[in-house]
Amino acid sequence: MIEFSNWDILRNLLFATQWTILLSLAAFIGGSSVALTLTALRLTRNKVVHKLIRGYVELFQGTPLLMQMFLCFFGLSLLGYEISAWGAAILSLTLFTSAFLVEIWRGCIDTLPKGQWEACRCLGLSFLQTLRHIILPQAIRVAIAPTVGFSVQVIKGTALASVIGFVELTKVGTMLNNATFEPFKVFALVAIIYFLLCYPLSLYSKVLEKKFNGSR
Amino acid sequence: MLHFADLLQYSDLFFSGLLTTVELTVLTTILGIAVGTSCASIRQYGNKTSQGVVSVYVELIRNTPFIVQLFFIFFGLPALGVRLSPWEASMIALTINLGAYSTEIIRAGLASIPKGQVEAAKVLGLNFRQTLTRVIFIPAFEKIYPALVSQCIIVMLGSAVISQISVEDLTYAANLVQSRNFRAFESYLVTAALYLGLSILLRFALNAIGKRLFVYREAS
Repeated sequence: MIEFSNWDILRNLLFATQWTILLSLAAFIGGSSVALTLTALRLTRNKVVHKLIRGYVELFQGTPLLMQMFLCFFGLSLLGYEISAWGAAILSLTLFTSAFLVEIWRGCIDTLPKGQWEACRCLGLSFLQTLRHIILPQAIRVAIAPTVGFSVQVIKGTALASVIGFVELTKVGTMLNNATFEPFKVFALVAIIYFLLCYPLSLYSKVLEKKFNGSR
Repeated sequence: MLHFADLLQYSDLFFSGLLTTVELTVLTTILGIAVGTSCASIRQYGNKTSQGVVSVYVELIRNTPFIVQLFFIFFGLPALGVRLSPWEASMIALTINLGAYSTEIIRAGLASIPKGQVEAAKVLGLNFRQTLTRVIFIPAFEKIYPALVSQCIIVMLGSAVISQISVEDLTYAANLVQSRNFRAFESYLVTAALYLGLSILLRFALNAIGKRLFVYREAS
């Protein structure tokens, strides 16, 4: 049996952290792009589009992320599409993230009084002008704090990718546990690393929230 | 291409898995909200030290993934001499998890009760117990109830992870079935639908309880 020193354990965990960070970034970028598209579609005020987006959000918020990963990973490959654990993890996290972000951003746009849209029409601004100069600058200010807050959920969500065999922080934790039989130490370290990744974001989100409330 | 009929013979497995998930959800919702209420009270009204302890607990849980908490409790704690069955471990992990999130939510509710309201209750001659329930807790819960309901649902969905330490819940049943008949897509699709139904049902049930709990509004 190979002996693992504390440094070996930490080194391996830190190496795996890169993959957790990379997966989080990919999921966050993918998720916000999809969410942005859906938010834009929502602005068209088409009833059918609204219903579809509502169903999409309901579907991904009402089922476990783990189940979404299984469906992407085992399901798609059974249907004849080759998909790696990495691909399945990104795909399911992107869908999951987008469903939550659409809902968060919807709230941000809806908090703006309707009178603003009407005032802009009276002033003769076009739809895009209204969006660019009036709605978005305000909505983005409201949206930043909860979006940063949600990124913590994305990082925590990547831990589930270990279940479908993607080697990231949690997976390396279980592998090291199997090799060293020191679960207490290994999982405590894993938890600490996740904490160090997430806590600054949580704090930053709180600071942003205060800042926004102060300036109102 | 899809063969849902192959799943029919395993309906017992799905059903017992569903039952385990429901059982755990009901228990952890009750226990988790109890933990959350106590911790929120400490954070709002306790002294500096106890406030600090609760903050550390809440931040630690909120900033680490549930699966790591579960593994730590199930695999890590036996090293300290605490042996837990998978069911007990997931029960504790889920309660701790919901406890931390609901602390934050309930504390926001408690903070929203203006001081004058408590003073008014005193002036009107309500005793301590009446003030606590009718003037502080019920109005505080009413304000944050929708957020609390959503959190309970998120924890219920998160409980899918406990299949990883071989608790025989709904996800475990899905894994077992797909390993037997290789109908992975159908099996997971049905399970996802069951979870969706469960979350709709849980929201409905909790909202019905809320209506009962906050009925005093209509009397005024």
